[in-house]
Amino acid sequence: MAQKEYAGVMVDVNDEGYLENANQWTKEVAAAIAKENNLELTDKHYHVLDFLRERVAKGEALTIRSVGKSGVVDIKGFYELFPGAPLKLATKIAGVKKPLSCV
Amino acid sequence: MKKVVILGAGTAGTIMANKLAKMLDRKEWEIEVLDRNNIHYYQPGFLFIPFGIYSPKDVVKKKDAFIPRNVKFTVADILSIDAEENVVNLVGGEAIRYDILIVATGTVPTPSETPGLVGERWYKNIFDFYTFEGAVALHDYLKDFRGGKLVMTITELPYKCPIAPLEFVFLADAFFAKKGIRDKVEIIYTTPMSGAFTKPVATKMLSSVLEEKNITVVTDFYVEGVDEEKNIIRSYDGREVEFDGLVVVPVNLGEEFLASSGLVDDMNYVQVDKGTMQSVHKPNVFAIGDAANLPTSKAGSVAHFAADVLAENIVEYANGKAPSHQFDGHANCFIETGHGKGTLIDFDYTNEPLPGMYPLPGIGPMKLLGVTRLNHWGKLAFKLIYWEFLLKNRRLPVSSKFSLAGKKKV
Ligand SMILES: Cc1cc2nc3c(=O)[nH]c(=O)nc-3n(C[C@H](O)[C@H](O)[C@H](O)COP(=O)(O)OP(=O)(O)OC[C@H]3O[C@@H](n4cnc5c(N)ncnc54)[C@H](O)[C@@H]3O)c2cc1C
Repeated sequence: MAQKEYAGVMVDVNDEGYLENANQWTKEVAAAIAKENNLELTDKHYHVLDFLRERVAKGEALTIRSVGKSGVVDIKGFYELFPGAPLKLATKIAGVKKPLSCV
Repeated sequence: MKKVVILGAGTAGTIMANKLAKMLDRKEWEIEVLDRNNIHYYQPGFLFIPFGIYSPKDVVKKKDAFIPRNVKFTVADILSIDAEENVVNLVGGEAIRYDILIVATGTVPTPSETPGLVGERWYKNIFDFYTFEGAVALHDYLKDFRGGKLVMTITELPYKCPIAPLEFVFLADAFFAKKGIRDKVEIIYTTPMSGAFTKPVATKMLSSVLEEKNITVVTDFYVEGVDEEKNIIRSYDGREVEFDGLVVVPVNLGEEFLASSGLVDDMNYVQVDKGTMQSVHKPNVFAIGDAANLPTSKAGSVAHFAADVLAENIVEYANGKAPSHQFDGHANCFIETGHGKGTLIDFDYTNEPLPGMYPLPGIGPMKLLGVTRLNHWGKLAFKLIYWEFLLKNRRLPVSSKFSLAGKKKV
């Protein structure tokens, strides 16, 4: 398994740079991953990241719609916080698995 | 008498009724299946209707013809589940008590979730093929299509049969080529995912098929709405894709009546243990098929493989034991690639689709992730297998458990 250093911590990552182990995540690690993706995290970002981490810890699937309906942020806002491909980017920074497809 | 109630007589509910009719002690257990109508659609056939490969009558039979005689089949609209009282309420006011409940009510294409989709243009130049009506209307449209931009768009994940929209564009390519107007049609495929395929091995093998067929793929495209006046779909990040004809996979949601049951997630899928399929909220409730929030494809093949496991678990539960059989997420799908050829994928919760032979390791005769004529014939033969073997729970030479035998690690 590949390892990468973020904010002075070694974390396990997969081929696409997603954390393999959610327990290795810290706020500082998140900030470092965000920086790599040209993002500066604000409280709003962390609010969304906490929500994603909670959801995944409960074993629930993530979709942009479920984020949009959560009351944490609406879909437009989600795109503004994590531009381009928000779910892909936000899950990476949240240190959880990338939402999957079958093929 | 104790009672098992199965909600839904589609693929999953029908297979479960056939299995449990044989496996449960019938002196002790009564089985009742509820469905809102008596029409069983062979949904994989919906893909072929737009291209005139199947006619509407090829995909319709009566549901009760597939329910065993000693199982009660009731046509009724389900209103709600009261999971505290172990009761299912029907729209007419009747209540049905259960000891064990199996939810198999599938998933519902819900175009109204996307602004602008269902309006003046719905079934004029905007279609789905996930419903019988949509597939038939689309056939009439494509018959007379003279050229322009044909856009296939996926609005939300998860949706049933994840591969179907890709098959649709492959078949559209072949359809227009045959009509001699392929050079006049631009085929565009939009997806909220970061690629048409995302698993590494399948991506490598199948992306060339898209390229070869000159199909444009637009990724990370999450549809905000449709501008009917301008014939444009717009994504949340402001990108626009123009169309002449739009074919859409609408947002898929679990049945609305489940929302109040306390058993579902926010897309109305029943929350179950992904191994045992037992509800995480109520031990006497189970879910199977598209209705369950299993982290694998919503597909008939999954319902079929999962049924082997669930039937064992129901018998255990009925005998006062904890369900111990584990579903591995096994799924497989034939993928039509057009021009009389197809490919095949086989995977589970943890293993991605790999090349190899199936179902017999080394022998096949089906080739995984290879484009062959036999795979196409396999797909067409599947209709007969579905009606005659799968629904009736007759033995098939495929294992419900995923296996790496016969597959090549790439
Ligand atoms: C275009 C298309 C192509 C496909 N291709 C493939 C393929 O190639 N391979 C494959 O494996 N799968 C394929 N599938 C998917 C497959 O058809 C489904 O995954 C499968 O039918 C799921 O079975 P199910 O029993 O969970 O749901 P369904 O078969 O949809 O059955 C649900 C049943 O519940 C009933 N119901 C729901 N709500 C209520 C209510 N309130 N009251 C009463 N009754 C109710 C419905 O009437 C229905 O009969 C395809 C699907 C589509 C649309």
